[in-house]
Amino acid sequence: MALADQTVLQFFPLSTSLSAKVHPLVIFNICDCFVRRPDQAERVIGTLLGSLLPDGTVDIRNSYVVPHNESSDQVALDIDYHHNMLSSHQKVNPKEVIVGWFSTGFGVTGGSALIHEFYSREVANPVHLTVDTGFTNGEASIKAFVSINLSLGDQQLAAQFQEIPLDLRMVEAERIGFDILKTTAVDKLPTDMEGMEATMERLLALIDDTCKYVDDVVEGHVAPDNTIGRFISDTVSSIPKISPSAFDKLVNDSLQDQLLLLYLSSITRTQLSLAEKLNTAAQIL
Amino acid sequence: MANAAAAASRSFLQVAATEEAVAPPLRVVQIEGLVILKIIKHCTEFSPALVTGQLLGLDVGSVLEVTNCFPFPIREEDEEIEAEGANYQLEMMRCLREVNVDNNTVGWYQSTLLGSYQTVELIETFMNYQENIKRCVCIIYDPSKSNQGVLALKALKLSDSFMELYRNNEFNGEKLREKNLSWVDIFEEIPIKVSNSALISAFMTELEADSPVTQSDYDRLQLSTNPFMERNMEFLIDCMDDLSMEQQKFQFYYRNLSRQQAQQQTWLQKRRADNMARKAAGEEPLPEEDPSNPIFKPLPEPSRLDSYLITNQVSNYCNQINSVAGQSFSRLYLMKALHEN
Repeated sequence: MALADQTVLQFFPLSTSLSAKVHPLVIFNICDCFVRRPDQAERVIGTLLGSLLPDGTVDIRNSYVVPHNESSDQVALDIDYHHNMLSSHQKVNPKEVIVGWFSTGFGVTGGSALIHEFYSREVANPVHLTVDTGFTNGEASIKAFVSINLSLGDQQLAAQFQEIPLDLRMVEAERIGFDILKTTAVDKLPTDMEGMEATMERLLALIDDTCKYVDDVVEGHVAPDNTIGRFISDTVSSIPKISPSAFDKLVNDSLQDQLLLLYLSSITRTQLSLAEKLNTAAQIL
Repeated sequence: MANAAAAASRSFLQVAATEEAVAPPLRVVQIEGLVILKIIKHCTEFSPALVTGQLLGLDVGSVLEVTNCFPFPIREEDEEIEAEGANYQLEMMRCLREVNVDNNTVGWYQSTLLGSYQTVELIETFMNYQENIKRCVCIIYDPSKSNQGVLALKALKLSDSFMELYRNNEFNGEKLREKNLSWVDIFEEIPIKVSNSALISAFMTELEADSPVTQSDYDRLQLSTNPFMERNMEFLIDCMDDLSMEQQKFQFYYRNLSRQQAQQQTWLQKRRADNMARKAAGEEPLPEEDPSNPIFKPLPEPSRLDSYLITNQVSNYCNQINSVAGQSFSRLYLMKALHEN
């Protein structure tokens, strides 16, 4: 960029800390669309739906792909389709609005600038999400960009895509369990008992690790870290101090409640089978 | 990526080419992770309201593959919006077709509240779908149960024998005894398999957070299950009331029936006595039946469908209570052991 003597290339960093948060459904949707794309297309492009949280984070909740045609110098987007899908989605969930657009592929290309301009006509500050399905650099990179205006003095020169922090923590995916979502095939959904077992094993492993760490610090093998020590002491002290007898009573009471419920449900079951016998076996001769 | 598309098209051609007269029975429902996430998102966003949506996929052999889905907007109780609902559906399917999503309806999903989904509307929707599609399945998702850390997803189908009976609307005792149909036979639960494309599994493997504890663990180790159990018990009590009402209806019917039969017997005897007298006097004997007499009118037998459905619901609640109680036991013992240490 040639700089004149007086004017300076002004580059406004983002004054507000804009960041984005992506729900796992969006990633799934994008990958699924990428797998189903028509053969001649190299990448897929689509709209991102979501909402703007009060603290300035863009919450990306849903997405849909929009058919497009891309050649070396031209990009054509099916705008009717885009509007149709938007109105259909809004019929279900009117709170989800356009917050940006996504494309697969690494980095930002020339055509992306045109598409970004189109989307900035729809919403104030669109977020551009790139999902690298080609796994260049051997890793999955999902990046979010917004466009910043570069101006020289008073004149607008160009727009720059600047990366914004992206929160990829997937709470819903964790709820389902990554085991189901990670592998290509799961034969059976885990029952609740198996899930309970897995959780308890993890808890046990955590407790073992903590004990081992404390032992190591006491014996001097590992240098003590004050923050970890404080965390541990906070956790241990958060167990309410009840006398053993009161605690036993508490546990036994809850146990008895649960046993009562089990008993009630078994009685109900017996009643059901009895009622069924009476209903269908009765015959009028 | 092209291979996946080619494989999908090959299997479709296979299905189209082999015209089987009888389809093999449905054994497994194969759902994609994408569909599970979409269903969960839709149901939890609108809970506690109940929502529905459409399932799309492929019907291959004994496996029903569900590859995509879309939600239905909440329907107002207005007749003119019926057409709008149909328009929405057509529009969505057309748009999805343009991006190469399977355009084939294979069923629908709905959310439920604490497992109270066995209603007559469900059966009627099933019958409606069954007329157009050869095999359809209904997926039930329970958002309140999933807060306990369990993925409460079920695939249901009506059993064939039940469907025949329902179609002919014969729900009296004899037919049911004939077919040996009890209340467990109405709904069939089909095991679910989950499949994901290789691309998604690569992404998820990368994106999996490194922490040893996940949100599902937090959900499962929660000690307070009382609100859930309380609501379960409330529903259970309501259902038992309904069940006892149905029982009373049956008792009433049987009592009426036996009374009517007793009346018929006395009338018949009187007729026979009259006939003997007439024969002795040389007159024509009167017929032994008189359809115009009200005591010969056949009493309608109350349909057992409602009682069956209610029984199903009650057993469902019992099962839920059992499983949650079992989990609570483990948690309580865990707490006890931890405290002792």
